[in-house]
Amino acid sequence: MRAERSPLLTAGAAIVAGFGALLLGLLIAGYDPLLAVGALWRGAFGSRDALISATLVRAVPLIVLGLAVAVAFRAGALNIGGEGQFYAGAIAATWMGMHLGGWPAPFAITAVWLVATVAGAGWIAFAVLLKLRFGVLEVISTLLLNFVAEAAVSYAVTGPLQEAQRVYPQSEPIAEVARLPLLPGSRLHSGILLALVLAALLWLILTRTVWGFRLRAVGLGPRAAWVSGRISPQRVTGFALLWSGALAGLAGGLEVSGVSYSLYQNLSPGYGFTAIAVALLARLHPLAIVATGVLFGGLEAGAQGMQREAGVPAVTVAAAEAVIIITVLLADVLARRQVRSRVDTLERESA
Amino acid sequence: MSEAPVLELHGITKSFGSVQALRGADLVLTAGEVHALLGENGAGKSTLLHVADGMLVPEGGQIRVHGREVVLRSPRDARAHGIGMVHQHFTSIGTLTVAENIALAVGRRGCRPDSGLLERMDLHAPVESLSVGLRQRLEIVKALFTGAKILLLDEPSAALAPGEVAELLALVRRFASEGGAVALVTHKLPEVLSAADRVTVLRNGKVTLSAPVEGQSRDSLALAMLGTPASRNVETSEASAPPPSELPTLRPSEVCRLGHIVIHAGEMVGVAAVEGNGERELLRSLAGVTGGGPVPALEEGSVAFVPEDRSTEGLIPAMSVAENLVLGLERDPRWARGPRLDWSAVRRHASRLIEGYGILASGPEAAAATLSGGNQQKVVLARALEGRPRVLVAENPTRGLDLRATAYVHEQLRGAARAGVSVIVYSSDLDEVLELGDRILVVHQGQVSEAPRGADRQVVGDLMLGIQRAR
Amino acid sequence: MNDVAVILAGFVAATVRISTPLLLAATGELVAERAGVINLGVEGAMLAGALASAMGAATAGPWAGVLAAVGAGLLVAACFSAVAIAARADQIITGTAITLGTIGLTGAIYRSAFGAAGPGLSIPTFAALPVPGLRQIPLLGPALFEQSALTYLGWILVPLASWFLFRSWWGLALRASGESAEAARANGVPVRRLQILATLCGGALAGLGGATLVLAQVGTFAEKMTAGRGFIAIAIVVLGRWHPRGVLAAALLFGAASALQFALQAMGLSAPYQLFLGLPYLIALLALAGAVGKGRARAPAGLGR
Repeated sequence: MRAERSPLLTAGAAIVAGFGALLLGLLIAGYDPLLAVGALWRGAFGSRDALISATLVRAVPLIVLGLAVAVAFRAGALNIGGEGQFYAGAIAATWMGMHLGGWPAPFAITAVWLVATVAGAGWIAFAVLLKLRFGVLEVISTLLLNFVAEAAVSYAVTGPLQEAQRVYPQSEPIAEVARLPLLPGSRLHSGILLALVLAALLWLILTRTVWGFRLRAVGLGPRAAWVSGRISPQRVTGFALLWSGALAGLAGGLEVSGVSYSLYQNLSPGYGFTAIAVALLARLHPLAIVATGVLFGGLEAGAQGMQREAGVPAVTVAAAEAVIIITVLLADVLARRQVRSRVDTLERESA
Repeated sequence: MSEAPVLELHGITKSFGSVQALRGADLVLTAGEVHALLGENGAGKSTLLHVADGMLVPEGGQIRVHGREVVLRSPRDARAHGIGMVHQHFTSIGTLTVAENIALAVGRRGCRPDSGLLERMDLHAPVESLSVGLRQRLEIVKALFTGAKILLLDEPSAALAPGEVAELLALVRRFASEGGAVALVTHKLPEVLSAADRVTVLRNGKVTLSAPVEGQSRDSLALAMLGTPASRNVETSEASAPPPSELPTLRPSEVCRLGHIVIHAGEMVGVAAVEGNGERELLRSLAGVTGGGPVPALEEGSVAFVPEDRSTEGLIPAMSVAENLVLGLERDPRWARGPRLDWSAVRRHASRLIEGYGILASGPEAAAATLSGGNQQKVVLARALEGRPRVLVAENPTRGLDLRATAYVHEQLRGAARAGVSVIVYSSDLDEVLELGDRILVVHQGQVSEAPRGADRQVVGDLMLGIQRAR
Repeated sequence: MNDVAVILAGFVAATVRISTPLLLAATGELVAERAGVINLGVEGAMLAGALASAMGAATAGPWAGVLAAVGAGLLVAACFSAVAIAARADQIITGTAITLGTIGLTGAIYRSAFGAAGPGLSIPTFAALPVPGLRQIPLLGPALFEQSALTYLGWILVPLASWFLFRSWWGLALRASGESAEAARANGVPVRRLQILATLCGGALAGLGGATLVLAQVGTFAEKMTAGRGFIAIAIVVLGRWHPRGVLAAALLFGAASALQFALQAMGLSAPYQLFLGLPYLIALLALAGAVGKGRARAPAGLGR
């Protein structure tokens, strides 16, 4: 998705529209918008602690899930099941982490990440199979798999992975060695470094490699990729979806090994869906996803502050996210029309 | 027949950009007659028909229905005057049944069906299960059900088998005998001679002949169409195109085989066909891009393809010129370092091609969408040729291009042939095929035949129309 | 012996009860998809309908709740139509965003209307409306004909939708729009307007589905209470092969899958309840593969464009 005009302008407009909608929504719902937004700001960026221990901690899964969304969308496949793959990764990571006592930390952490990645890819593999073999839209299958994953988490934390007393619906904590080191004096874990590396890596792959080129070609022009490039769109979208699922699974593994140390329901407050907004606002650009990930991490963190201080339910920010997504979509429609009319003019002139 | 005319078009002019499609054309239809409208590709027959249907608004001229002057701004206006159009492309919806398609066309205020029109047609069969002949018949039936008294048919027989054509013409004749008026656009001389009462021939947007069919011959019609007398004594060699499943028989070697027609390295082969005779399938199976399935067992890069549709098949408009220039060549060692793509090498390559092929672009980074049609085609050609193919298949490579760009494309194709590439080029413009081809292949109803060396446009034209001449 | 009969009757009754919201939403989505629109915002429309019905019913009784739910569903569908049909943005992403936004908005409105904890919201609900005569049928009578009025409405909609889609000109024009917008336009069909109307109809029915969930099934509202039923409705449309009767059968199948839990419990068999939580979605996935894969079901050719 090569942004035609300034992508920053679009992003800015989308953010303004999102906040406008948030304010309006707060007014309609009968809250004091200024109090709420003040609380939102304090909860997100108001202090060093808010920024590091709240915003950045939430930015990590959002960045990685945003990258997952971007890989799929860039190939023209819509993975709306980030939430489910995240949970698949989290379940696998928890199970692995619970059984690693005595391992050296680097190996334990690697093992946790690895199983989470494989679990995410395995989870989406079902949707890929349904798409390639039976022609089931990946949108519907990935979406439905979200709910299966949530049921699986619910089962895991009341069944096989439940903590020893069997009282609380949550898992046994993972071994100390499988936990990520924290930035001293904060809750920020070293997983953020991995998120940054992944963003840079994905950017390099998309822009500097043969695979990335083929993936973008299939996403932007599947017919031409096939007829003129002899690139099989099915193969490319299939692999893109698998990588997308792998990244989303890894995000689940990071969350368990860096933040929660155990599995429970609602581990994700809808990160999988927020990530769609993260990726679209960044125009599917991996490096920009780091920025939008932090922004939405702030939004999620601020939402908690808003709930604490102003009594506004945290879930309200989902409305702002929706408006941001829609604004970006509309900006794209506008840009497409401009390109088309320009091409029409050229065609007329050259005819 | 001396009835009053029901539809008159007088002095119609219409141009598209710089192309003057109609230069004062006339057409007069009277009740009870089948009026054939004859002419080559681009002579203006379809344009004239679309003016009568209200789809195109003419720049000059007069339209009268039953003697009264009318202005037709849309097909709906035409319908209100009892004019029904049957398009070359079917407007029925394949998954709906025959009855549903008729009901859809008729609209809410229905019209009573004349069951005679529907003989042998299963009203409850989905249209996609019908033969092409029946689908064509359905198009006509739909127009009649809307109460049309004047029927305009745009090449209704183009895709039909001979038997189906006969049935179609019988239906048309019956409509006329019941007092309707029919304008029938066609390429096919036998149809005109057997089914029409009057014939109007167009050449370059002007009427060159308008007369009763009685007294006309193939030669007189061909003369009016082409401006040159017909040739005789033609010997043809024929080969059936192998069924699509067996294609491509093409081997990426020095030669290219098509049935028993052998194409040698460095030859420039023109393919001529009336559109819809299987020429598209032939080209695509040669190029190995028939379905969305896996690439057939062709040596990589041995066949290059220049598809007709630049914006969806030839290029990825949202990608840059440089990216488009290496599409399908991304593994080329000139810029692929293992999995890594060396963009500076790609850009250098692109800059070289932009200069070498005279592509007007702001640079290698410009999006392909921002290029004009001619420059987009230069990108497609440059990529095809730089892939160092043994065979180059081009499908209407100059469609929509201006004269200079066309000349340029021709020069590139010739240059490729000189360099030893087998070039196979199809164009819907017969003159272009004749101009380019050392040899001419003609596709007619899925059959490929080769025109004799040195055949003129009359001979090739006859083959395209399926006319067999006595020796 | 008698126990089995009781359990069976309970199972059938639960199946019908659970399937009703799905049936309503899926019938609406069916109409939209037949017009060529895939609206992932049905989940949002259902949720909005659920909240609106709770608020409406709490203020002025269950029928006011129904009315409010239809209005809320229409509103959500109108937002979707403006973006995805009028402006022609991607339908899938728009639908996802609309659902996301509705989740946020309903959450905020619910908390502000009923307090943070949302305590024991007392909502007047629909009592069962026994159909005289039919309910006397042994075993199935009470199960099928002691349902709420909304269930009967859902049943009536099935032949109604069949008649509209397959017997009326407007239904024909609507299906033509979904198969090939271009050909439909050539036949004089106002494609875009029909698609918007069909989507609005889908929104209204999804809202009604949400109302059923609150007023005839659960009796209260909770955040995200639709829990993906709107998405299940989309799967039901596929499984029902884009046909009202098929949709009814598919909705009943999903109802049965969820009702199985109660039946098994009644029989004294225990299975993790999460199995039944996930089962409908798994069934949906497998059914999709079967329905689409064997080529027997075909989506409208222009769906999503």
